[in-house]
Amino acid sequence: MKKENLIQYIYGIADNALILGQRLSELCGHGPNLETDIACTNMALDLLGQTRSYYQYAAHLSGEKVTEDDIAFLRTERQYKNVLLVEQPNTNFAYIITRQFFYDVFHLLLLQELQNSKDETLAAIAKKGIKEVSYHQRFSSDWIKRLGDGTEVSHQKTQEAVNDLWKFTDELFQLTEEDKNAVELGVGVDVSLLKEKYYQIVGEVLEEATLSVPELKWFRKGGKEGIHSEHMGYLLSDLQYMQRTYPNMKW
Amino acid sequence: MTIELEQHIDPKLFSILEKVSDPEIPVLSIMDMGVVRFAQMVNNIAQIKITPTYSGCPAMDVIGDDIINAFSQENIEAKVSLVLSPAWTTDWITPRGRKALEEYGIAAPLEEDADKEALLGNKKIVKCPQCGSTNTKMISQFGSTACKALFQCEDCLEPFDYFKCLK
Ligand SMILES: [Zn+2]
Repeated sequence: MKKENLIQYIYGIADNALILGQRLSELCGHGPNLETDIACTNMALDLLGQTRSYYQYAAHLSGEKVTEDDIAFLRTERQYKNVLLVEQPNTNFAYIITRQFFYDVFHLLLLQELQNSKDETLAAIAKKGIKEVSYHQRFSSDWIKRLGDGTEVSHQKTQEAVNDLWKFTDELFQLTEEDKNAVELGVGVDVSLLKEKYYQIVGEVLEEATLSVPELKWFRKGGKEGIHSEHMGYLLSDLQYMQRTYPNMKW
Repeated sequence: MTIELEQHIDPKLFSILEKVSDPEIPVLSIMDMGVVRFAQMVNNIAQIKITPTYSGCPAMDVIGDDIINAFSQENIEAKVSLVLSPAWTTDWITPRGRKALEEYGIAAPLEEDADKEALLGNKKIVKCPQCGSTNTKMISQFGSTACKALFQCEDCLEPFDYFKCLK
């Protein structure tokens, strides 16, 4: 696979982990209770750890002068390939959990396929990640059920979150040019094939949570091409602040 | 990033590596933790390969520095690199390591199926490291670090960490 294509393909996977990890990190000290606060930051840590493995690989492919930090902190908004779902802001807890759940289900399906990649490094990162993301999915699914089948208020807020975030789910299954190229070469995952299984798993959990599946037929997309929602700029200014203010700073 | 299938440890380097402990669990040496995958002298430099317990484990950077320090005390130069495959599993914690965990107050990981039952709350099988009772319940799937879950003993009422099974 051409180096530049592979690097872009890696960004397409890793940026989701970075941005969702950043959103979860924002909750540090702000979770609804101590246990959930710790859980959210632990998941953030897993995601940022996975991001580092991907970026280190991309940096290695990019040549000697590029570091993982350059990739994380010095790209412009259009250069981030994450889906719109993961950049959506933290509002209430039901919304945070629903965003997490919608991504976790996809994430696990993706890694389960990526572990068979012909690219040894990507396969190794995926194998490692599967173990972690299985816990994430268990955590978010449990909460969806507790909230959906909980009180009148928790049910209502979770249903609202499901209805609102549903429009971002279809983008997960779109193939970019890099995706198609990577699939052809046995390196990448054909995400369009994960769709059926995804909606089946999501549907089962929502049903158990007494929540209804939206009948929405229009979906938003653009993140994979670098066309992000308004929230992304604010997120990046927070994420990149230190490197932009004190270039080349190190801990 | 390289792929190493077998653990290759030069016995002469073992005793130095054994002095390095997991910064999160000081009673546990990194050898008992099973994170050292390769240790050989190559051109007078100790080449050490370690594997992370979890992708985001912040202890890995510290462990790398501690290894280099431990070797420099023996006047040996060491290089530490990270390997991701095969992925670390709780099976690599040695029996001595499991005992050290328990004594430190952390319940050692159960087998995969039992672990699932325990975390789903279906069975009360995680043993309280304080009083030995299995009348315990999970408080949170994530404990003080990503590799642990938070439990509480319903007999002695002490909260404790349970090291989750990872396979
Ligand atoms: Zn007890």
